[in-house]
Amino acid sequence: MTTWIFFLSHRSEILDATLDHLTLVLISMALAIAIAVPLGMLIVQHRHLRSIVLGIASVFQTIPSLALFGFLIPIPFIGGIGRRTAIVALVLYALLPILRNTYVGLTGIDPAILEAAEAMGMTNSQILLRVRFPLALSIILAGIRTATVITIGVATIAAAIGAGGLGTFIFRGVAMVSDAVILAGAIPAALLALLADLFLGLLERRLKVA
Amino acid sequence: MNANSAPTSDFPIEFRGVSYHINDIPRSPIVSNLSLIVSRGETLVLLGRSGSGKTTLLKLINRLLLPSQGEVLVDGRPTTTSNPIRLRRSIGYVIQESGLFPHFTVAENVGLVPTLENWDSARITSRVAELLQLVGLDPAGFSNRRPRELSGGQRQRVGVARALAADPPILLMDEPFAALDPVTRTELQREFSALSRRLNKTIVFVTHDIREALLLGSRIALLESGRLIALASPRDFLTLDHPEVLAFTASLSLPLSKGVSP
Repeated sequence: MTTWIFFLSHRSEILDATLDHLTLVLISMALAIAIAVPLGMLIVQHRHLRSIVLGIASVFQTIPSLALFGFLIPIPFIGGIGRRTAIVALVLYALLPILRNTYVGLTGIDPAILEAAEAMGMTNSQILLRVRFPLALSIILAGIRTATVITIGVATIAAAIGAGGLGTFIFRGVAMVSDAVILAGAIPAALLALLADLFLGLLERRLKVA
Repeated sequence: MNANSAPTSDFPIEFRGVSYHINDIPRSPIVSNLSLIVSRGETLVLLGRSGSGKTTLLKLINRLLLPSQGEVLVDGRPTTTSNPIRLRRSIGYVIQESGLFPHFTVAENVGLVPTLENWDSARITSRVAELLQLVGLDPAGFSNRRPRELSGGQRQRVGVARALAADPPILLMDEPFAALDPVTRTELQREFSALSRRLNKTIVFVTHDIREALLLGSRIALLESGRLIALASPRDFLTLDHPEVLAFTASLSLPLSKGVSP
């Protein structure tokens, strides 16, 4: 019961934290998409860059999230305490799923379609933008969906470096040994992840070309 | 021939001593030392078993591949010196199954090359309608459909219309009817035979089906292991006694021996 009472008495605070959290995730995802999708296109056109780029993105994925936040703090410009550092870390985390799906989607096109496109006199960039990209869109979106769900979760840890969001409640709850306070951060975060997954899943199905 | 003179040809397509092998491994060529002339307005059928090199030959014409040795001349110019994009847009290409862009409507598929060539939209629309009519599809009913909403036969009709869009003088067809059911295939072969006579285009048609070759070809070129082993009109082709020719004509007479038709 105490959880419910805590929720009610702190609802505006929880709502603010949820909005902060959402902002953090949206900014990070927008940046990650803006970097990973063009990068994915680049490694399709220049195959020799593929293993380097995917390798670097994989390395970021393997660093434990709390450690990554910590590593960034002393770095000038992108580091420090606060939201900016958190966004950098979240972007680095989100890169791999988007990048990998972009690459797989763009290269997994029916060879007959690519042959026809080439034979009709489309240039490489026309094939990329008018054939590969629209046909890969649902797979790219699946990567964005995975990355979003991960980012919503990892963003709770961003509170550790003062970036705010729902993690604030979780860290506070751990310190206070209070389930109610932990849940005030965990439940909205889980709901956000579920909603994002649902919405992006619907979008993904709509963009799918049979 | 003088080796120093710029190569030219009065024919729409000419193969001069062409070999093609993958990754510079000359030991197992896909096409070896092949010379062949395609005359204006004819339908040359490349006949052969799977792996005989016929599709490779087709791809050498629109520079999807470049010869390892020798030259392929299209309208008198070696393909090595021509701009591949310009060359391909002046050559229609129809392939077996799909090949249509699944995310485009029928009209967008047919109008692709004109769109790439920056025709104005009114001209594209009327050209698309004209072509759909030509291949026996009602423009009003089909323009806005997607390839997945078409039958196999309708898809191939759209494929032919798409290849003809920018009115290319040369048309390359790679087993366009092979994946269709026998009834639809015969229907399309007959229609295409009539259409090709009206179009007056130079057509190179790849098939492994001797009936199709006899029906559509003004000449039949038989390929075996990358070599040209026979070149004849359909009438003369049946009288040749090369073993590979006999292998093909034997496949033709099989149903006859069962007394299906005289």
